[in-house]
Amino acid sequence: MILSLDRSRIFVLVLLAALALLPIVATLGGEEFYIGQFRRILIFAIAAISLDLILGYGGMVSLGHAAFVGVGAYVVAILVHHANEETLFLGFIPGTFEPLITWPLAMLVAGAFAFVIGLISLRTSGVYFIMITLAFAQMVYYVFVSWRTYGGDDGLRFRGGDTLAGFIDLGDDLTFYYVVFAVLLAVLYLGRRLVKSRFGRVIEGCRENERRMRALGFPSYRYKLAAFTIAGAVAGLAGGLFATHEAYISPSIMHWTRSGDLIIMVILGGMGTLYGPLVGAVVFMLMEKFLPDYTQHWQIVFGPVLVLIVLFARRGVFGWVLPARAGGRGHG
Amino acid sequence: MPLLLFLEQTLNGLQFGVTLFLMAAGLTLVLGIMNMVNLAHGAFYMLGAYFAATLVPITGSFFMSVVLALAGAAAVGLLTEMVALRTLYSRDHLDQVLATFGLILFFRELVKIVWGPIAIFMDVPDLFSGRVEIVPGAPYPVYRLLVLAVGVTVGGFLWWLITRTRLGMLIRAGASNREMVGALGVDIKRLYTLVFALGCALAALAGVMAGPLYVVDIGMGDDILIKTFVVIVIGGIGSVRGAFVAAIIVGMVDTFGRILPSQFGLSATIAELAIYILMAAVLFWKPRGLFPAAG
Amino acid sequence: MKRAAFFAAGAVALSMVALTAPSHAQQGVKIGLITTLSGPQAGTGREMVDGFNLGIKHAGGRLGNMPTEVLVGDDQFRPDTGKSVAERMVQRDRVDIVTGVVFSNILLALSDTVLKDRRGVFLINSNAAPSQLSGAGCDRNFFSVSWQNDNVHEAMGQHMTSAGVKRAYLMAPNYPAGKDALTGVKRYFKGEVVGEVYTQLGQTDYAAELAALRAARPEAVYFFYPGGMGIAFVRQYAQAGLVQQIPLFGPSFSLDQTILPGIGDAALGVYASTYWSEKLQNPGNEKFVRDFEAEYKRIPSPYAAQSYDTAMLIDSALKQSGGIANKDKFRDAVRAANFTSIRGPFKFNKNHMPIQNYYLTQIAKDQQGRLVMDLKGVIFASHADVYASECKMKW
Repeated sequence: MILSLDRSRIFVLVLLAALALLPIVATLGGEEFYIGQFRRILIFAIAAISLDLILGYGGMVSLGHAAFVGVGAYVVAILVHHANEETLFLGFIPGTFEPLITWPLAMLVAGAFAFVIGLISLRTSGVYFIMITLAFAQMVYYVFVSWRTYGGDDGLRFRGGDTLAGFIDLGDDLTFYYVVFAVLLAVLYLGRRLVKSRFGRVIEGCRENERRMRALGFPSYRYKLAAFTIAGAVAGLAGGLFATHEAYISPSIMHWTRSGDLIIMVILGGMGTLYGPLVGAVVFMLMEKFLPDYTQHWQIVFGPVLVLIVLFARRGVFGWVLPARAGGRGHG
Repeated sequence: MPLLLFLEQTLNGLQFGVTLFLMAAGLTLVLGIMNMVNLAHGAFYMLGAYFAATLVPITGSFFMSVVLALAGAAAVGLLTEMVALRTLYSRDHLDQVLATFGLILFFRELVKIVWGPIAIFMDVPDLFSGRVEIVPGAPYPVYRLLVLAVGVTVGGFLWWLITRTRLGMLIRAGASNREMVGALGVDIKRLYTLVFALGCALAALAGVMAGPLYVVDIGMGDDILIKTFVVIVIGGIGSVRGAFVAAIIVGMVDTFGRILPSQFGLSATIAELAIYILMAAVLFWKPRGLFPAAG
Repeated sequence: MKRAAFFAAGAVALSMVALTAPSHAQQGVKIGLITTLSGPQAGTGREMVDGFNLGIKHAGGRLGNMPTEVLVGDDQFRPDTGKSVAERMVQRDRVDIVTGVVFSNILLALSDTVLKDRRGVFLINSNAAPSQLSGAGCDRNFFSVSWQNDNVHEAMGQHMTSAGVKRAYLMAPNYPAGKDALTGVKRYFKGEVVGEVYTQLGQTDYAAELAALRAARPEAVYFFYPGGMGIAFVRQYAQAGLVQQIPLFGPSFSLDQTILPGIGDAALGVYASTYWSEKLQNPGNEKFVRDFEAEYKRIPSPYAAQSYDTAMLIDSALKQSGGIANKDKFRDAVRAANFTSIRGPFKFNKNHMPIQNYYLTQIAKDQQGRLVMDLKGVIFASHADVYASECKMKW
């Protein structure tokens, strides 16, 4: 048991060390290009980890998580846009370039969205929950598609917003990579604290047997709503980072298939493990980028691969290195 | 809005609702009975249309093509069920969402390889290509009336199947109590396979009927899939009656939602949100839909 | 224990090995063609690739008589994927030119990646050209070989005015390109607009809108529905019996060869404004259409024509400048546009948007019974866009 626990710990440490060293290796090898590519992957990993909080630990199958990523991204994009134009959002909110303001605001606003959506969605369960989260995401998507002030479907390009705390230049590939990496570590650390806490246990208890948790006197609805809101906020943070990374944002990021992608990352890596989604994001995005090199019809391979994963590898990549019954999903 | 135009729009709403019902009927059966979320339902809608569009020029008969297309889609469904989906019935919704999402990618790409990336043509059958003036001054395509009739007929057929036949009894029993059906000595596996194939055939029928009206391309299943889910969730999962009522309601709300805002100078965006708002509202008050299936 | 550690390190290391295979063309030109090859819009991407390849073939297998390497990338109809592909081509594969982008949102997402690169990479695009890149946001290394987004719509607005239409009804999807389209029409249409309707992006049932349209009694209808929306709209317009009553006008994007086969005979008689048609009579175009059909077994679409022209433009510019190493020399050569466009007269405005003719066509059948855009006349001769005055570029 101790031995196998060590195994997963070593896996995580090696993975994180590899990601920490990656930019240095890339720079030495004269392939700085990978720094930006992996930064994008890490940003999606943060979004996937946030989804794992509710999906893996809470058993809440949200098919609308990408909407929170999108909302967070638009918060950053809109604030920077107004700072550039020197105009006011809704006539009274000034724009700003400072990520120390825009990123937390992205979290806050996405969290607020998640709170309101969760308020209604969490009254339902099962398929109803899947579909109502999808419906809300579609609503947000269509609002941004037609919202012409911020580019609508064409998206919004913006300049600036990449100087952190007044002196850290995010325009520098390496610096921004490590900022994102630091955020990822923080999210992993806090996420771990959260799931190990009493709060986390209650959430897991709700997944296993909500009725029993209620009988034990836990207001399960409130606990789940809190988890849903936290997950939304972290997704919003990922969105904020994404906007800064791309210097462009469009509603395409909230399309429902994007929520599907996030679910795939979580499952691929191993749900209910936090580190799993990180692995899942790396594997999924590399596959998505490089499978098309081999065949234009890569989806005809990728689709069945998903089915096979569901059928035979439900514990995901991280499941291979985890001891048989620690973590992972509890049902079966 | 003048009365005649109102009548015409009501007819449009009914017809759109019935199209949604055709799609929703199969989905709600599969979801209600096997507790299976099938995102790939839209893929069978697409396959039905592609099969029929290909067969019409070969057989020269719309009716023959419809029959063959339904059989073809049911056969593909049968195969998919046996190879991939059967083991998923006992899994949670997450596994089902993921696997059927994978199937969407697969079927889409397959269709693209076989039929090419651009839309293919499917004609309205000659017999139904005319127009009739039901509402004076507004000639209405006969084909849309045919869709309406097919939808109502399917509704009636399913009502008969579910309430009047032994299979229907098993289906109802299976939806509410899986173990009991097994205890009755019924091969539940076969029942499920049968229901899944039926669901695929219904999706294909929806696709065949939609083909000459809309567009036969690899994206055709996506938009309607989400609307279909809205319908069955509002109606209550597993309830064919609920799906019918909800489909008509959604058809009406969507149709008038598209027409009314512009009359009052409101943004068209409201129309896009209308059915989602409706769904959120229904689930807020009735978290299991309008007609929750028994059990 | 070892297996776990090995795997984690391997995951990252392996992917890097797999990705590290750059090949630098020493003397020659390297072109990145980023286009949409998956999803429902994949038909347009196929046209871009095939048109470009035919262009290279006609140029003798080499553009500008130098080794030519073309990398094709799929943006998967997603802006961030498009940008990521662009990063890879510009930063790792070190392409000299990027082209082929079909959609405005994808172009906007990747434009900075290409244009801000220190090496001075050119974005000589063969389809989208949104206003953001045509006016104040014009760039010395961005060229559009196709059109400015508004132009084709403006042409039909002008034609409807000339045809004496008094009451027009306008329809488009509810997104910026739809609104820009109708703004373009209204810029040149001088009659009354009795209805301006925006429908949901991706919507394919138009029964309700058509009933409202009929009730408004317009003399003409202008619609802009690309892709599957266009197919559904035109068919339902015909099924409702409206084609004979109220003439239908649209841009080529809703009536070209990626769309017409799906519409069928319902498209007969519909008018399309365009900058190129398969029926355009000039030696270059006749050769292009003939060879394209022989090679790919289908009639080319305007997308293919634009992409072909782009290859020809690059060919001419490379010949004139003697290579792409000297960016200023190459830019001047592109600006000169010393090639024979299969669209007829072609030159660049000072914002690098084309000044070209716009034609009126009507959908009819060719000798083999296939639907084509039959040429009816010239609407605009040497038409320029309205954004050029906002562009500060001087040359």
